This record gives sequence, C-alpha cells and structure tokens, in this order.
Amino acid sequence: MFVRGLKRKCFDGEEDIEGTLAGIKAIPSYNLQRQSLLDMSLVKLQLCHMLVEPNLCRSVLIANTVRQIQEEMTQDGTWQMINTQSTGQASLDRLVSTDILCRSSREQAEGKHVPGYSTFNKDFEGDQARDSSETMSTASSVQAPRNLHSNVWEMETSQENKGNFQKSLDQIFETLENKSPNAVEDLFSEVDNSYYDLDTMLTGMMSNTKMGHCDGLETFSSPTTTTSNSNCKSDLNELDHIVEILVES
Amino acid sequence: LAGFGNLMQDVLWCFSQVKGTIDIGVAEADIISTVEFNHTGELLATGDKGGRVVIFQREQESKNQPHRRGEYNVYSTFQSHEPEFDYLKSLEIEEKINKIRWLPQQNAAYFLLSTNDKTVKLWKVSERDKRPEGYNLKDEDGRLRDPSMITVLRVPVLRPMDLMVEATPRRVFANAHTYHINSISVNSDYETYMSADDLRINLWNFEITNQSFNIVDIKPANMEELTEVITAAEFHPHHCNTFVYSSSKGTIRLCDMRTSALCDRHAKFFEEPEDPSNRSFFSEIISSISDVKFSHSGRYIMTRDYLTVKVWDLNMENRPIETYQVHDYLRSKLCSLYENDCIFDKFECVWNGSDSVIMTGSYNNFFRMFDRNTKRDVTLEASRENSKPRAILKPRKVCVGGKRRKDEISVDSLDFSKKILHTAWHPSENIIAVAATNNLYIFQDKVN
Repeated sequence: MFVRGLKRKCFDGEEDIEGTLAGIKAIPSYNLQRQSLLDMSLVKLQLCHMLVEPNLCRSVLIANTVRQIQEEMTQDGTWQMINTQSTGQASLDRLVSTDILCRSSREQAEGKHVPGYSTFNKDFEGDQARDSSETMSTASSVQAPRNLHSNVWEMETSQENKGNFQKSLDQIFETLENKSPNAVEDLFSEVDNSYYDLDTMLTGMMSNTKMGHCDGLETFSSPTTTTSNSNCKSDLNELDHIVEILVES
Repeated sequence: LAGFGNLMQDVLWCFSQVKGTIDIGVAEADIISTVEFNHTGELLATGDKGGRVVIFQREQESKNQPHRRGEYNVYSTFQSHEPEFDYLKSLEIEEKINKIRWLPQQNAAYFLLSTNDKTVKLWKVSERDKRPEGYNLKDEDGRLRDPSMITVLRVPVLRPMDLMVEATPRRVFANAHTYHINSISVNSDYETYMSADDLRINLWNFEITNQSFNIVDIKPANMEELTEVITAAEFHPHHCNTFVYSSSKGTIRLCDMRTSALCDRHAKFFEEPEDPSNRSFFSEIISSISDVKFSHSGRYIMTRDYLTVKVWDLNMENRPIETYQVHDYLRSKLCSLYENDCIFDKFECVWNGSDSVIMTGSYNNFFRMFDRNTKRDVTLEASRENSKPRAILKPRKVCVGGKRRKDEISVDSLDFSKKILHTAWHPSENIIAVAATNNLYIFQDKVN
C-alpha cells in the first residue's frame, strides 16, 4: 500500500491564498488547482498495485472526482483555456497548494473568472519543486508529436486534452480488447517508466517520492522527454493487465 | 463519587491492558485489522493483516483483587487465512482478516466467522481438559499394537490434562465473491449469514458451503457506468428478514428479503440532502460511508463517513436524527488527505451496550466518544505514555488555529499514520478495546 499520511508540513491552511497573493493570482489559481487535482486523480487511477488487486471503492471515488472535474471544466469552457504556453514557467502553477479547492463553492465562485493564464506566468517563476511534479501528471498529456525541448505541459491543446482525458477515463474502466493498441500506447507513452518499475515500487521509493508533491520530488528534476515505445511495451502489458483487473474482464 | 449509569461526566476511562509489542518497526503482518467482543463479552477476538486470529478470554474476577476487574488473557491463537494466488488474474489474495463475527454460544464450544477478501471461514474454538487413556489398539505413544498380542480388553478412561484450546475450521465458504468482501453479518435466526463485497451481497446457510444466494447485485452491465459500490452491510438484530447496506455515495438502503429473492429494490432509502455551501470536489469522497451498525435495540442505525458519525431513525429516511463531528478540523486539509490517500481510510463505529454512547476512531491514535443523551463528547488517546495500570485517561484536544494551549495539539502535528480504525465495546459493561496499529488497548471505566 502507499505509505500513508506521514506527518509533514503541508500547505493547507497555512496561507491565506487571497491574502498573500494579489487578486490576479488568486483568480486563475482555482483552475490550476482544479487541473492539478485532475492530474493527481488520473495518476492515482493508473498507479495500480501490481501484486494485489486494487481497491475498487477507491478507484470508483477517484474516477467520479475526475468526471466531476471534467464536467465542470467542460461547462465553463475551461478546456479552451488551456493553450500552448509561451514559457515553461506556466506549467509550474499546476500543482501548487490545492487548498483553494477545499473551500466552499461560494468562495470559489468569487474568485473564479479567469482572464487568461499569461498574466500570472511570471508570478510563479522559480518554483522548482513544482516543476518536477509535472512529470507525474502525464495522463492527460498529448499524443501530439513531442517536442523534446519543452515541457510536456506546453504541448497541450484543448482538443487533445479533451480527447486524452476521455480516453484515460474510458480505458480505466473498459477492457482493453475494445481499444486499439495504439490508443493504449498514446495514453501511457508519456508516463515515466520508473513508475512501473517493479523494483522501484517494492523498495518503497514510489510511496515516498511520487505521491506527495510537497515532499519535493528531487528524482523528477528533469521532465519526462522521450519515452520510447519499446520501453513502454513491456510495462504496457502489465498495465493492460491491471486495467483489466479493475474492470473484471 | 458513585457511578450513576452511563452519563459521560461520571465515566472516567482508565487504562487496563495493552497487547502487542512496542518495537519501533511494526511488522505489517501484526497490524490489527478487526476487533470484536463475543455476545457475553467473555471473549475478545482480533484479526490481523497476517491472517491470524487471537482470542482473549476474560479471567474470572477474584475477590482477593477486586480492583483488577477481569483482565483479558490470550485464550487461543490460530492462523485463519493464508495468502493465496489467483492464477487467472495473476494477483495475490491477501490473507488480511477483514472482519470477525461471533456466533451466539449454543454449547460449550465457541464459533466465529472470519473473512479475508474472498473466503469466509467458520471456526470452532473448544477446550479440551481431559484425555482418554487406556486404548486397546494403540499404546500411550499412539503406536498401533499388534492385535494378536492383545490378551485383555479394557475401557479407556478420561483423565485430566492441562487445558488445551483448539481451533478447527468447520466450514469454508469460498468462490462466491468476485470482488473484495468488506462485511459479514450473522442473522438473528442463527442459521444464515451474509457476506458483502463491493458489488454483491450473498446469503449463506451455515451448513451449506457450496451454494449461496445472491440477494443484492449492483454491478452494472457495463462496468464503465460503475459509479457506486457497497461499503458495508448488516442484518437487523431482531428481524431476520431485514438488512441494511451502505454505499460510497453516502446512502443506506434497508431491504426486506421477503419481498423478492433479489433485493435490488430497497424498502427504505436513507440519504441526507447535500449542503450546497459545503460543496467541494471532495464532497462525494467524504460522504462515502465506511461503516454501518444497527443499535442493539434495532431502532436506529449509525453510519460513519470521513468526518462525521450519524445516527438515523429507521422511521425517517430523509435525514439523520443526530450528526456528530469527529474531526471537522480536517475539512480544510482534504486536499492533502486526498493526496496521501488518508481520505480513503475506513473508520468503524460502535454502540455501547445501552445505545446511549457511540465511539469511533480518528488520527494520532485518538478516539472519540459521543454521549447521545447529554450531547457531551470526549477525545481520548491510546498511547504507551498513558499506559500505567488504572491510570485515568486525560481528555485530549486539537487546536485548530491561533494560540495553542499547553495540552493541546495542533492539527499540523497530528500523526496521520497512527489511525484508530477498529474499536469494540463490551456488550454490557464499560470496557472498550481499541486497535492502534499493532497494539490492542483495553480500557475500563474507573472502579471506586
């Protein structure tokens, strides 16, 4: 099982987001928080235990959360908002403290309208810890040709995001026989191999380094660039298997 | 300072015993996964992640030492479940004991049900304090004697021996659950019991192991449409046709087995309308019910979700009659708790014998009690520091913000790896068993 709840300092509640950040910063961060929650959820869904059957209740609850986010993002048109970023720094926003998501909907509504992402790019410069966490959230990344020199997040376009999201969710629950092999590769091609490295998992590094962005993900200091398909394939077979188990094929 | 019944202010909880090691490193197999008193309170059973069951028996109270009210000592230990491997799915089946339920005692032997994710077993625990001696066909060592050498016949006699407690598996109820069993419940007819997994509930007869009846099935035809799972189930304590099951969406369904063979349509549906001002992305997750328990009277059900305990009147489906906040200070931490998976922790809840007080666990080895009559509540801690014999437990307090008083602990200092998920309350006395990872604490109320 994942290492649970080790005592740690955490961002929640320690800062009054609205107080310390300027108004412009607070407004778009709701969408970023939501995006980071989405990313975190997708990672959780894919990060299945290879030895023991995953907890179905937990998977269902996470999947419902993902659907909920997707519906809300579709409703307020935020899918359109996620455009190609001009700088790599924009991606750093994605996994900042998600405290704001826990506040009441009324509070969220007050800070909700987003003029654009470009205005707050520079406010989050230099946050290295967050940068590394981007590599975890690859489930919703693109199937478009990868640009080796830029962060994965920069590649996202609205359509690809939508398509990949839906694909991720479906494939979590469908048996893989219904899908073409290419789709699976596309889904998992961006994933860092070490996730599915059995040795890594068994030595417990997974739980300590990969699940908590606040713990400082030094091992992810460089974003995932190319992951050749051949490396993925053996892992993909295991992943196929895991998804099948989730679905009870 | 005499005790006046079960009023909270008159009950002072004292440390009585602790079982388990105090090693720094906790072996995963030693983590206690279920705790249950039997119907008289004479026996206390624990199950652990290693598939073992340990039964403690309360010693007779001695007139010489009246302050030592019946301590619990180990009575029997056995390996209930072993790890298995599902070859079709290439997955391990954990040996962790998810639940133990006692059968009411009908003869000298004790019977209990224990279950892991897939298989339920009926165990018979019996005492042997006599041994037959003087067999004709075998000698004292058990070796067979040559029949032609026997010239005299004798009747074997029973001679006393050191008490031996043996546990034998009497029934194995296997291959009936595709998903993970989360609950078992003995029916009041004492002939049947149910086992519930994420999507189905099966009804068994104790005598029949190769068949079970499916009484609830919420699996959708298309698994893509799965949005809700069964989280707990229990039979009514008196009405053998009635049971309830809870879901991951915070609802409880009461079913009557007389209406149809497959109880897909509930007789009652308990759901509290959502508070729109409290809505967040985590609302559904924290509404997921982790435990449901009938009161001893059968009039109420209690449910536990991530932040609260609720008491429902069976006659009122649209909202609970009582709601108790277990650790509301975690509401602002839900994001972190989601990240580290603590938000999926399944806490159990229990009634006391008179249904006047309810208890449930929390983090930092804290557990909480709520008196339904006085509306008082208390937070206590299961820790080695408070483990002097008959030491009175001091109430604990979590400070939410601002100035922290001397004895208080701040939310950020809570140890989320120390969680009290399983507790049990003696059926008639103020004795509680609290499982803190690999240690079992027993607390009693103060004897004057």
